[in-house]
Amino acid sequence: MAASAAMYKERQFLAVIGDEDSVTGLLLAGIGHVTEPPDSQRNFLVVDSKTETSEIERAFQNFTQERKDIAVLLINQHIAERIRHSVDAFADPFPAVLEIPSKDHPYDPEKDSVLKRVRRLFGE
Amino acid sequence: MSGAVGREAVFPTRQSLGLMKNKLKGAEIGHSLLKRKSEALTKRFRDITRRIDEAKQKMGRVMQIAAFSLAEVSYAVGGDIGYQIQESAKQARFRVRTKQENISGVLLPTFESYTQEGVNDFGLTGLGKGGQQIQRCRETYARAVETLVELASLQTAFLILDEVIKVVNRRDINSELDELDREEFYRLKKVSGKKKRDVAAADAEILAARQKAEQEQAENPKEPAATATAIFAKEEETTDVLGEQEDNDVIF
Repeated sequence: MAASAAMYKERQFLAVIGDEDSVTGLLLAGIGHVTEPPDSQRNFLVVDSKTETSEIERAFQNFTQERKDIAVLLINQHIAERIRHSVDAFADPFPAVLEIPSKDHPYDPEKDSVLKRVRRLFGE
Repeated sequence: MSGAVGREAVFPTRQSLGLMKNKLKGAEIGHSLLKRKSEALTKRFRDITRRIDEAKQKMGRVMQIAAFSLAEVSYAVGGDIGYQIQESAKQARFRVRTKQENISGVLLPTFESYTQEGVNDFGLTGLGKGGQQIQRCRETYARAVETLVELASLQTAFLILDEVIKVVNRRDINSELDELDREEFYRLKKVSGKKKRDVAAADAEILAARQKAEQEQAENPKEPAATATAIFAKEEETTDVLGEQEDNDVIF
């Protein structure tokens, strides 16, 4: 399945689903983007303890399936954990889903979907 | 080959031996090429998996440093700037573009980060106080995101290669067989056409030989045995030719 050019030509943004600190930091780096007014969409979602899992799920679907301009989706690992099923099920090369650590939740390689596959391939 | 049922065994001619040898050679070359491709991809794949592992560790450290610099900002500004940042984000300054890399005929996309010039959503952020810290924090996070983008391209390459290697390794014996089938069908058509022509030619030849023999017999009736043998030999030769043509038909 060689990726065709059409699959990623338009992809130039990063998206993020994360806690407030992660999102703030990444926005400071300049990844934040809001699409044109008629149906303006943000490419980031701030998740706190009150955020419903269904909302995270919806944002994940939106960034991975519906929007065609996202190249990389960054998601905090502890949030990915809440929708682990969807993250594990998502196997397309685009957008690349990347689990990142957050301030309160250090990175645990054991939980990462991709790293799990890497480990499995090496038979560990 | 099921056409051979009820017929005599394949004629062991040099021609079909040569064909078989060529086929074997072709199959061996094809196999070794695929194997080489698979090895090249696997090497690359192992390289990538190792780098993913490293990059993930590095990401952990980089994000920690970045989080710390953000904490510095909150301390300097003396409050939460999260909301303000979220509201003022409009245009992405940090973007990625994709490039392709060719590994043994497999196109692997790689992400490359670049900054869109002239976009600055946070011109007023930290204007009151903490401007310096914010500037530093932005740089730290920009570096962190670069690491993340690098990791993302590794990961994408990993996913694509994983899939491609699987395909190459069981590489479609089926598709190879299909190709062979198509080729053989064309040969079959050619052969049957030629065979028809040859049969007509052979018939004419036999007829001519018989007429000639009869003539000779009429002219020289003392040597009937010799001519009979000659005719027999002639006929055997022609059937031999036919047999060979049939071979082609039977085998392919």
